[in-house]
Amino acid sequence: MNKNLNKKIALSIAVLLIFVYGIFRIPSGLSGKALLEAIQQNIHLGLDLRGGAHLILQVVVSEAVSAETDNAVGSIQQDLKTANLGFTQVYKPDPNKPAVIQVDGTSQAQSSTVRSTLDNKYSTEYDLTGGGADNTWTLTMKPTAVSALEEKTVQQAIETIRDRVDSLGVSEPVIQEYGLGKDQILVELPGISDLDQVTNIIKTTARLEIHAVIGGPYKDEQEAMASSGGGIPPDEMMVHGSGSLATGSDADAVYVLRRQYVVGGSDFRSADPGTDQNGRRNVRFTLTNEAGDKFYDYTSKNVNTSMAVVMGGRVKEVANIQSAIRDSGEIVGTFSEDEVTALSKLLRTGALPASLNEIETRTVGASLGADSIREGVRAAIVGVLVVMAFMLFYYRGSGINADLALFLNLVILLGFMGFSTATLTLPGIAGVILTIGMGVDSNVLIFERIREEVRSGKAPAAAVDQGFAHAWVTIVDTHVTTIVSAAILFLFGTGPVKGFATTLVFGLLANLFTAVFVSRVIFDWHLGRLKPGEPISI
Amino acid sequence: MELFRGVNVDWLKLKWYFLAFSMIFSVAGLIAMGVHWSHPVGGVRSPVPLGVDFRGGTEVEVRFDHTPDINAIRQAADAAGIKDVQVVNYDDPKFNQVLISLPEQHDESQLDTGRQQIVDALHAHYANTFADSGIKVDVVGPTVGHQLETKALLATLYSMLGMLVYLWFRFQLIYGVAAVVACFHDTLITVGAFALLNKEISLTVIAAILTLVGYSMNDTIVVFDRIRENLRLSRRESLHDVVNRSINQTLSRTVLTSGLTFLTVLSLYIFGGQVLNGFSFALVVGILIGTYSSIAVAAPMLVAWQDWRAEQGRAVVLPAARRPRA
Repeated sequence: MNKNLNKKIALSIAVLLIFVYGIFRIPSGLSGKALLEAIQQNIHLGLDLRGGAHLILQVVVSEAVSAETDNAVGSIQQDLKTANLGFTQVYKPDPNKPAVIQVDGTSQAQSSTVRSTLDNKYSTEYDLTGGGADNTWTLTMKPTAVSALEEKTVQQAIETIRDRVDSLGVSEPVIQEYGLGKDQILVELPGISDLDQVTNIIKTTARLEIHAVIGGPYKDEQEAMASSGGGIPPDEMMVHGSGSLATGSDADAVYVLRRQYVVGGSDFRSADPGTDQNGRRNVRFTLTNEAGDKFYDYTSKNVNTSMAVVMGGRVKEVANIQSAIRDSGEIVGTFSEDEVTALSKLLRTGALPASLNEIETRTVGASLGADSIREGVRAAIVGVLVVMAFMLFYYRGSGINADLALFLNLVILLGFMGFSTATLTLPGIAGVILTIGMGVDSNVLIFERIREEVRSGKAPAAAVDQGFAHAWVTIVDTHVTTIVSAAILFLFGTGPVKGFATTLVFGLLANLFTAVFVSRVIFDWHLGRLKPGEPISI
Repeated sequence: MELFRGVNVDWLKLKWYFLAFSMIFSVAGLIAMGVHWSHPVGGVRSPVPLGVDFRGGTEVEVRFDHTPDINAIRQAADAAGIKDVQVVNYDDPKFNQVLISLPEQHDESQLDTGRQQIVDALHAHYANTFADSGIKVDVVGPTVGHQLETKALLATLYSMLGMLVYLWFRFQLIYGVAAVVACFHDTLITVGAFALLNKEISLTVIAAILTLVGYSMNDTIVVFDRIRENLRLSRRESLHDVVNRSINQTLSRTVLTSGLTFLTVLSLYIFGGQVLNGFSFALVVGILIGTYSSIAVAAPMLVAWQDWRAEQGRAVVLPAARRPRA
């Protein structure tokens, strides 16, 4: 019995030391300041305590689908021409349904060749229908292809955001998929004070594209449409830009560009800001090999026509094609210095595959966060002191037992937090406080039972034994129900609530150990030192 | 020191008083919820005031360097063309904090502009200064707001369902039902308290409510455990007497634990700051009601059910697998 008891005492002390290590690791010193620093390093604080920003971004995946089908329109036209199949136009009839492409005006005689040509290249991703008497064909992107594209878009967006956040030097950012839909991203940035700068960098699409210029610059959209005979055909679009590019005036002007871009987005491999020989700001770019071929092809066939550089939905430069360009060139335009640097940085980290909407933003300033810590800790200390004092007062000697168990409980709980990657949030501190109240419940259950047994005449050792045995069942029941509650909370909750569920569960698990094992050990040790006939102090 | 030695109260006889007490508070809560429902705020209909988590919108908490002037802030917002702004003082006056709210934006692409507009307006039109580290912002779009509402409701339902199943398994179905009814009663009265006192329900409040569901269950289980044990020991006593005795025996434990947990939660309510105010309020009310309901709702319901069965001529249902042999 004695040897067993010593082993158990050794185990309890070992557990204490292990979890103390979890809280502090090896602190640089024993002063209050050093210990505080050690805690702050080990226990991860949530955003609501540390200060920082929490964003939920929604990826507008329909834009990615749209870009993909725009691409397909271009290559369908290419393929039909190469196969010498006539058609009037290839376009997307409904802007609200970006996954649908229509081919008009094929010849009836060639319809089977059209079908096999289109099937050959596009049947994996598109469903092909049509070819009837009206000589139109419809390609609809398959739902599986659409969702695969959406998922890829979200993953790309996450990578791009990660790169951009890295370039800001934020420490320990969290960027991950979020939520029930497949299009939400969670971004958590601790310690950020200027949210606008960050969100601007994250959200800017800065998609750079080069389009063929059909006409322009026009004074406004009416003039542009009038020049095309009353309306803009579906394979062209109107884009605004600065008039000074051509006419020298600063007013807004409208250009008519071909909708399908020549090169754009991820075709750009790199971009660097610089100045040209006239001292104007420019961006020197290089294209990927594949895009370089495309660009060479286009420019060599279109010498003496104009092309426009479009960024962020506006025309930035209009250039005359003087000779074929392969894969590197210069964009000189009306860029401000900020725009040039931003453009380079964004081109380097890659363009976002689609734009992002912020659907939830929460930021906490660091000083408000510090206040929360102070208030939470204060409430916790008051709670602990009140409970400890009461236990001493009500249960006398055994109260010391309960207080030791409570103290160990808190150490284990905080140690758990230190070892794991769980974050401590403000509701988490509340969870710690709840653990104190609920933890002492187990002790009360046991002690009350022991008192009953003593009153019914049993000897101290037997009373303790019976007390623990009877209370055990109830302790398990109550802990399981609360842990189930907390588990559901964890599954359904968001950040701060998850923190609460975590500390509650850890606290209850720690409590199972301290209330049953450690309390028992302390009782056994005390019983071992009682003289025969001496009652326990309870 | 011992508080409850030799208590011998006939709790079941008091069941009509308990019923009256519960009814008064439940009805008061329901009326308050009805009033809230009939006065939708900002186009959102709800039985209780909703925090920004569920209702959506923008909330900016700003800590100024000097005492803030609510009217001046409103004028600053007006001057910047921001409509429907609500400004209130927030937390202890010595903190110089205000809470500025904007209603829900329906267009998600415009969502974050509200925050920026407010900060810009303050910088431009209001002389009082504030540091960036003294700002707390919550912007919640309609999508997220709805998702959270759904999650919260589902979590509460699953929790109670889980408890029901667990108790069915450990005791008998009627014990599970009685405990769940007690929990439901607790939740209703707690939410009613929020409606009565016009306090907002946020996500952390839902966390508190789920915790008190667990806590009320705890409490009920302790009594039920003792009832089960006593039924096993004495087959001859009527259920009525056994239940009374069980309650009396567990009374000191119940009052002590609830008392101690209540004290810690009270400490949180008083010292824990404004952010956790709703959360700690829910727990303060919830712990009191949760303790009350084990004695006043769950136990009488159990006995009433058995009495009804006895009148029908059927045998008393005992917990666990031990059935009386005929």
